[in-house]
Amino acid sequence: MDKPIISLHGISKSYQVAIRKGGLKEAFKALIRRDYKVIEALKDISFQVQQGEIVGYIGPNGAGKSTTIKIMSGVLLPDSGSCSVMNMTPWLERQKYVARIGVVFGQRSQLWWDVPVIDSFQLLRDIYRIPEKQYIETLEELTTLLKLSDILHTPVRQLSLGQRMRCELAASLLHKPSILFLDEPTIGLDADSKIAVRSIVKEINERYGVTVILTTHDMNDIEALAHRIMMIGKGTLLFDGTLTQLQQRYGTGKIVQVAYSGHLVDEILPGITLIEQSEEKLSLAVNTELCTVPQCIQWLTAQIEVTDFTVQAIPIEELILSLYKEHAV
Amino acid sequence: MRTYTSVWRIRFLNGLQYRTAAYAGIATQLFFGFIFIMIYVAFYNQATVEPDLSLQQVVAYIWLQQICLSLVMLWVRDPEIFELITSGNIAYELCRPSSIYPFWYSKLLAQRVANMTLRCVPVTIIVLLIPEPYRLTLPSHWITFLAFIVTLLLALLLVVAISMLIYISVFWTMSPTGSVLLFAVLGEFLAGLVIPIPLMPQWMQFITYAFPFRWTVDFPFRVFNEHVQGSELIIGICNQLGWLFVVLAVGYWIMNKAVRAVVIQGG
Repeated sequence: MDKPIISLHGISKSYQVAIRKGGLKEAFKALIRRDYKVIEALKDISFQVQQGEIVGYIGPNGAGKSTTIKIMSGVLLPDSGSCSVMNMTPWLERQKYVARIGVVFGQRSQLWWDVPVIDSFQLLRDIYRIPEKQYIETLEELTTLLKLSDILHTPVRQLSLGQRMRCELAASLLHKPSILFLDEPTIGLDADSKIAVRSIVKEINERYGVTVILTTHDMNDIEALAHRIMMIGKGTLLFDGTLTQLQQRYGTGKIVQVAYSGHLVDEILPGITLIEQSEEKLSLAVNTELCTVPQCIQWLTAQIEVTDFTVQAIPIEELILSLYKEHAV
Repeated sequence: MRTYTSVWRIRFLNGLQYRTAAYAGIATQLFFGFIFIMIYVAFYNQATVEPDLSLQQVVAYIWLQQICLSLVMLWVRDPEIFELITSGNIAYELCRPSSIYPFWYSKLLAQRVANMTLRCVPVTIIVLLIPEPYRLTLPSHWITFLAFIVTLLLALLLVVAISMLIYISVFWTMSPTGSVLLFAVLGEFLAGLVIPIPLMPQWMQFITYAFPFRWTVDFPFRVFNEHVQGSELIIGICNQLGWLFVVLAVGYWIMNKAVRAVVIQGG
């Protein structure tokens, strides 16, 4: 295997957070002495990423996703551990390093609020010292891919969130980075914009071999993009593998939903779990290693009149939820 | 270098679009100029001893203050930078292959020049046309005017360098209010923006000499007034350069420390 493009080893980071109870008395007390709590955002995180991978980095709020992204992008300094990206330590060679990465923080904006988008792009062109010819070519390409032609000359404050996010993505790709860090790029977007964001990420990954690290809460992003999933919870890495591995581990099953009349009388078969039951609707989880779907249907039709049924794979959200549950995060 | 001229350009263009603010500014500046001059006219009528500055010089001093307001006032600030720090948007600035200190410095410089560009021409024309004793008297020699431009530019560079310290302090305090208030109140007094320094008692003048502030306002205005001439002018420019170097170096150094210790706010 090639040398990994990103390699983290034993990264830890803790924050000091001032705490105080509510109320006036406590507020005055805090003027004299403040209590601090140390929060360990990351505990001994190690992983490697190969060139050209798309990695979905998931976890609940406050798990340490953004902190990891910020350490990898050279913005934050970890307390301990080593990190090597493209043979550089991000925070030591910050200026040289960041010229080769692109970053999107979904909850923040890198565009100038009051001026047309194109002005921000031109500023980025100068900051990254992009040659004029390359700039024009890249801009043209991104304009078509992200459908920007109508909005390039509009001030950023008048753009919708979806339009703005497409511009943010374009802004982080102008200098043709080798690695793209996306911190919740689809947050708050409608379906249409989400699809646009996903397709561009896929496109640049396939066409230019850009390595992408993506954090998100939207499991459709993961399904559409990520070859590999890393899950973090309370500062530790809980799962690292492919989507199929995740499904094999937690999701060897199907959900069967049935509309019926009659009464369930027989003893429940091994491998079937009742999720929900009402007068005319029934929802079952079937572990296909113990009981096949036909067996389950057979068992059902033997005792009740089934008027309609659907079978679906366990949705990825539930896989993640069971992961969370297993690790109690 | 292109990075910094480019950020200068975008900030300048950004600043030029606030037209209404400029009109309001012009009206306020004229109003305050008149009020201050009226007060000095009253004082000078009652004065028993001849003050160090003539009334004509004081009038020029006050008009220059109003014309150059956005160039030299310490309280002119860029809320955007404060927001960058307190909201955590600074994460983006840190992802750029450029040093933050010169980046912000160019922004602040551009903001001041943009503000000034919008306002100074109309105010200058008006104050050159109004009757005595309110009229602004131009220097008698073009060399004086040239010296004024040079010292004003140095003053501008120094003001921005000082104001950078306010921005950097927000890395630790998380709120600009305290630093701005402290710098604005003390700095403006020591710069001669409240009372022209030559009109202060001797002991107070000595105090102002210990700080960089008077080189940002008092000095260039007195050059314009021909109150400072000859060798005093040369020494003054050397002082400006010296302070500029010191404040830039200190700011740059603390900024690097701040960036190292930075905590990105808000997730």
